[in-house]
Amino acid sequence: MYKKQECVAMLLAGGQGSRLYTLTEKTAKPAVPFGGKYRIIDFPLSNCVNSGIFTVGVLTQYQPLVLNEYIGSGSPWDLDRGQSGVRVLPPYQGKSGADWYKGTANAIYQNLDFINRYDPEYVLILSGDHIYKMDYSKMLDAHKERGADCTIAVLEVTLEEASRFGIMNTDDDLRIVEFEEKPKHPKSTKASMGIYIFNKDLLQKYLIEDEADPKSSKDFGKNIIPKMLEDGCKMYAYPFSGYWKDVGTIQSLWEANMDLIGDTPNFDLRDRSWRIYSRNYSDPPHYIGDYAKISNSLITEGCDIEGIVENSVLASGVKVSRGAYIKDSIIMKNVTVAEGTTINYSIIDSDTTIGAGSVIGRTKSHSEQITVIGSDLNLRPGSDIPGGEMVNAEWLEKNNGDR
Amino acid sequence: MSASGIIFSNIHDNNIPELTGVRTVASVPFACRYRFIDFTLSNMVNSNIYNISVITHYNYQSLMDHIGSGKDWDLARRSGGIKILPPYITAYANSNNALYQTRLEALKSVNYSISRITDEYVIMSDCDVICNVDFNDMLAYHQKSGADMTLAVKNVQLDRETAKKNVIYYSDDEGRVNDVLSYPTNFEGNADISLNIVIMKTSYLRQIVLDAIAHNYISLTRDVIAKNMNVMNYRVYKYEGYFACISSFKEYYAQSMQLLHDPEARRSIFNVKNRPVYTKVRNSTPAYYSSTSNVKNSMVADGCYIEGTVENSIIFRGVKIGRNATVKNSIIMQDTIIGEGAFLNCVITDKNAVIRDGRMLCGADVQPFYVSKGMMI
Repeated sequence: MYKKQECVAMLLAGGQGSRLYTLTEKTAKPAVPFGGKYRIIDFPLSNCVNSGIFTVGVLTQYQPLVLNEYIGSGSPWDLDRGQSGVRVLPPYQGKSGADWYKGTANAIYQNLDFINRYDPEYVLILSGDHIYKMDYSKMLDAHKERGADCTIAVLEVTLEEASRFGIMNTDDDLRIVEFEEKPKHPKSTKASMGIYIFNKDLLQKYLIEDEADPKSSKDFGKNIIPKMLEDGCKMYAYPFSGYWKDVGTIQSLWEANMDLIGDTPNFDLRDRSWRIYSRNYSDPPHYIGDYAKISNSLITEGCDIEGIVENSVLASGVKVSRGAYIKDSIIMKNVTVAEGTTINYSIIDSDTTIGAGSVIGRTKSHSEQITVIGSDLNLRPGSDIPGGEMVNAEWLEKNNGDR
Repeated sequence: MSASGIIFSNIHDNNIPELTGVRTVASVPFACRYRFIDFTLSNMVNSNIYNISVITHYNYQSLMDHIGSGKDWDLARRSGGIKILPPYITAYANSNNALYQTRLEALKSVNYSISRITDEYVIMSDCDVICNVDFNDMLAYHQKSGADMTLAVKNVQLDRETAKKNVIYYSDDEGRVNDVLSYPTNFEGNADISLNIVIMKTSYLRQIVLDAIAHNYISLTRDVIAKNMNVMNYRVYKYEGYFACISSFKEYYAQSMQLLHDPEARRSIFNVKNRPVYTKVRNSTPAYYSSTSNVKNSMVADGCYIEGTVENSIIFRGVKIGRNATVKNSIIMQDTIIGEGAFLNCVITDKNAVIRDGRMLCGADVQPFYVSKGMMI
């Protein structure tokens, strides 16, 4: 028997994130490292815990190994609990056959049993590809106060940006009257953040109906939300103000990392009242040597720095040798940068070694693109990787002959 | 081959009174993010010892807060794990029923817990042993030599002051103990000092404790080892690696500074393959270095915010160093705030201290200036 939970969170973490290229070759998007010591999924998970929601189902599908291992028992987020806690929910084989998750709605549909064993009044739907701090309990309060059937968190965006989002057109009381997915001519600037609260019984009814509809693409944005609107359900927008970033592209991932640095960063993680939790790997303190110069950068435990680092985010265990120069870059776990190497405007994925005297990327400018070096690679000394290149094992094999 | 661990958390409290006024020696902060006991706990866990008792005495709140459930050391377990044994006063403890003073008295007071140990061996260690040692190697040596008791020693050069705080063992060519000097007041020179890590069979420990209760013995070194060394087979295990012997406030400072000046010391504690050092997780953000920061030859923990100049210093978690501030040859503990334009040289600030803008504090390397916990200057 399970203890009742008022609200169960379902975190959609199955996305491939193909626009992150080599960064998601072996990793699901929610497990992509972020901000030195975090992964993207730390943000929704920490938000849940900080909001008092301790039952979280994580729906996985694409490359789940790293993600599953990362979530583990849930202890970094205090979600290793008996009566609630975090549960990883992969697609499974049922009596009538095995199915992948066909869409966001179908993923929840296939896990209605998980939701129902806690007998919740509400279901919170989250996605695993956004960086933000949000108190879901306040959103739930608003949902209850209005007696809503569904509440959707929205963010004010500019009119130009609006055509990249699902846009909610509301009346003065924030009741949603129309929903447009990526409209060419947006009527409002309230963009859906992909965060929904549903009354559980109603959600279950719509999911069952949607599942029976062969024409449906089993998606919340395309099917469930429009259908509920059509039926006159009470749907409200919940305006969120604060930092929120979809990190689905190399550019936005880079920007979001850069938003963490600066004397007054756009996104401040230092607030102890809303901590972001992450898995800890017992690294020693970092060491800054006699020849190092660090400016406007984040440095994580386990680093050993003898070179120059500017406007960059360095994850744990990064070694930067004397005479190396790193600027405007994101360096992930356990990367080794040998002497005299210059790295500009790049993202270097975990466990890669960059040989001495290499030149990676080009100085940041409007016309220049971000260079990405994949994980577990060994770049020979004197490598020259031009701006905008996406380097993985195949790339190296193909191009090594040239040099 | 299985072993239980016993850790003494209060032995040597008098050695560094500045830092143990508000805590046990076990919870003295060290090397940016650790407490003394983390090294012993990590050594045990990395040697697959998962059944550990920590004997406490007084002032142990900070230790309990640090250890919590033991999860951060993988010691939150249904079977075994870490157990804190708070003071337990019995008629056995000593004649006037006061708290114990010595290791042997401490062992007498936890006689019942010792009687419940099911592992064949016990490893007893003090909590202020800063080293990265493989107990399995020591245990294998103990078994191979057929000793009744094996004591870890390290060969060091002693001056009179440090000799007073150490136990010196003499042994023959085979490593069998043949003499012991307990806290000699008039000794200097080269000697094998005790690391206060001891291995023996659990059954032998039980015998020692029962014997001590019966005869009202007080000191393990004097009443057991010195008394029996000619009839029993006590051997030394010579440890060669880095070991910080912290027997005074001055030594605390010197050993901390050695981590900065000796890359080999740093490596032999923190970068031994497959033997990480664990500590309480605090979920701090990575450290931020502003464009005005200038940091050289320093160790820095997560959660710091550095805008000033830092040289040859150890900066703990969550420290803020303001613009134009200079911190040299100093140890700045957790959550200390150094104001703008402040100047510190040879200073140790305890947790949560505040040094206001423009203050100038200087100690000397032989006597660092100490700012106590939570103090504002």
